[in-house]
Amino acid sequence: MNGFANWAVHFFMLDEGPLIWLSDFLIGCATIGIIVALTYFKLWKWLWDNWLTTVDHKKIGIMYLVAAVLMLFRGGTDGLLMRAQLSWPNLHFLNADHYDQIFTTHGTIMILFMAMPAIIGFFNVAVPLQIGCRDVAFPYLNAISFWLFFAAALLFNLSFVVGGSPDGGWTSYPPYVENAFDPGPGENYFLVALQITGIGTIATGVNFLLTILRMRAPGMTMMRLPMFTWSVFITSIIIVFAFPVLTVALALLLIDRDFGSHFFTVTGGGMPMQYINLFWIWGHPEVYIVILPAFGIFSEVVSTFSHKRLFGYSAMVVSMIAIAILSFIVWVHHFFTMGAGPGVNSFFGVSTMAIAIPTGVKIFNWLFTMHKGRVEFTSAMLWAVGFIPNFLIGGLTGVMLAVPPADYQYHNSYFLIAHFHYVLIGGTVFGVFAAIYYWWPKMFGVLLDEKLGRWHFWTFMIGFNICFFPQFFLGFMGMQRRMYTYPAGYGWGIINLISTVGAVLMGVGFLIFVWNVLWSARFGQRDTTGDPWDGRSLEWATTSPAPEYNFAIIPTIKGRDAWWLMKKTGESINGPKGVPFRPIHMPNNSGRPIIMSLFFFIAGAGFIFQWWILAIIGLLGVLVTMAQRSFEYHDHHYIPVEEIEKTEAAAGRL
Amino acid sequence: METKEHKFHQETGFPWKHVIGLLLSLVLTAIAFWLALATHQPPAVVITIIVVLGFGQLLVQLYMFMHFTESDDRAWQVPTIYFALFIAFTVVGGSIWIMSFRSIVS
Repeated sequence: MNGFANWAVHFFMLDEGPLIWLSDFLIGCATIGIIVALTYFKLWKWLWDNWLTTVDHKKIGIMYLVAAVLMLFRGGTDGLLMRAQLSWPNLHFLNADHYDQIFTTHGTIMILFMAMPAIIGFFNVAVPLQIGCRDVAFPYLNAISFWLFFAAALLFNLSFVVGGSPDGGWTSYPPYVENAFDPGPGENYFLVALQITGIGTIATGVNFLLTILRMRAPGMTMMRLPMFTWSVFITSIIIVFAFPVLTVALALLLIDRDFGSHFFTVTGGGMPMQYINLFWIWGHPEVYIVILPAFGIFSEVVSTFSHKRLFGYSAMVVSMIAIAILSFIVWVHHFFTMGAGPGVNSFFGVSTMAIAIPTGVKIFNWLFTMHKGRVEFTSAMLWAVGFIPNFLIGGLTGVMLAVPPADYQYHNSYFLIAHFHYVLIGGTVFGVFAAIYYWWPKMFGVLLDEKLGRWHFWTFMIGFNICFFPQFFLGFMGMQRRMYTYPAGYGWGIINLISTVGAVLMGVGFLIFVWNVLWSARFGQRDTTGDPWDGRSLEWATTSPAPEYNFAIIPTIKGRDAWWLMKKTGESINGPKGVPFRPIHMPNNSGRPIIMSLFFFIAGAGFIFQWWILAIIGLLGVLVTMAQRSFEYHDHHYIPVEEIEKTEAAAGRL
Repeated sequence: METKEHKFHQETGFPWKHVIGLLLSLVLTAIAFWLALATHQPPAVVITIIVVLGFGQLLVQLYMFMHFTESDDRAWQVPTIYFALFIAFTVVGGSIWIMSFRSIVS
């Protein structure tokens, strides 16, 4: 009995101190609170019917976004803990082990569980509406993608309070992460959670690739696609080709850890550097996966709020294709210091610098779109305009890092940290916030408050610069990444303190955003027109939020900026008057995706703790749910004409 | 458009193609495993055979599961295949080039 108690205390990490106890307490409170609230307001059935089993792309997009904001909070808290620890020399607010775990979860969560779901959420919210179709190509698969991501995120976050978090960095390099140096479930959490969410992401890539190729409204040729949809198309191609490499790398490392093979252990004849090589074959395209959709968002926002069509449409498309191809041939710049030789390093240095060319083309196109436009500085536009100088700092320091001899100096210093935060926050996070302000009315039928939006932008943007700009200098002064504390006397203390102040300011910006969401839900201006920004693409042609079937009659597209053209010529989105409605074919809701992801969760726990019976049960469950789907014949229904007429009449479109 | 949208792809009869594809891919995997674990050939021989088996897997996937020959949209299929070849060449060729640093170092 005593043995069991000891095991349980260790397993649930009750011997790890107050941070864990506080987390346990908060998780307990939140769980009980949610269950009580759902029961008290009798919302279980509503939740199940409307959200958990939905295959509607708009609702799945909203769920992705809610999850992403929650993960932004979690990852942001990690970041603040790190900044608190580093704010002054010789602090021991966190010990080395905890610090390692926190920077690992910070990086992993921010990339895989915050940036990815946020951009995929907007894929879902906007793409089917922008191309004039009723759902994605595979709505059921779309639900599976979401729930796999959700299960993986849950699993990964659980590591904080059950068994211990991974501590090998978000890149999880061997040989450190091999069993000999890093025993316990921590790294397994990383490998398994990424594997599960990776399956979901590949499915999303396939799904949106086919949606854009096959489901465009008549007349919507590729060169008439809204720029965001173009960026999603390119991103989907990168996802489909890059993620399988991650799957392989993670699988090999997991086999090393779970079954004692020697792919990456030096003593067994393995090559640790091969993991690093494989990881970055995925890892570099991955950063373009999270930045290209942000580019697409900025294109939409800049053109809408400059009230002009996008400057240089074809140049934008060509430069995105160029970025997609180049993104696959630059990966060595993440490990120049491996010392692969002058030939390899020069090649990858030059290919990296080449990416600056198409990116520069895009920057100029946004500037020329604003040139001589009637620029309207709404919150969404502020994020887009703020993005340009901030991303430029990130991009130019990237070119500095791309010079191999110089990289030997910058490598793994705070210069690098500052660089990638400038591109990821200045690019992706700014893009996500721009998209939130821009598409919020389309998602919820409510506008976010502009005044709070400006406060949010300025606090966050200023805080971001105060936080990360000094880190360039810390890098030059020799401060390395991932060090948990440092001695006094290097002159790093005050700069770190300034950086921490900036981080707190970013936290305040986030809280203003949350307050904006809550305030606007109650008092915000309602969007009755469906087109609050005088938009240009088709998503603004329907009601906010859009009806379940998106378009009662699939529109015929006559040019770029389809909705703008329709408004100019006075056409209705439902075509000429008197065209009769026809029953609309829609997919049925299904509870199976969430159940399947539950089995993935169980199997994942099995692989993490090496409880093989659990793993087998989980995998069998996955197989059974897949087989059930194969024999499901009644998976669709028709919306009757009367119902369409009722909805369309309520929207004033009859 | 309506008709195109409602074009269901329905198979008739027993899906022999898929069953054979599944068995073939299992057999190919099993041979690779057996080669690596249970035989004592020189590594160069094992690796060469595994590459050939891997190419076989690729063909099985393309023809048995991905309906490679059934597409009516060559305009997209051809560039996609070229891009896939480009990526495969980059990943494999690039990795060999990069990882051969061991011979330089040692």
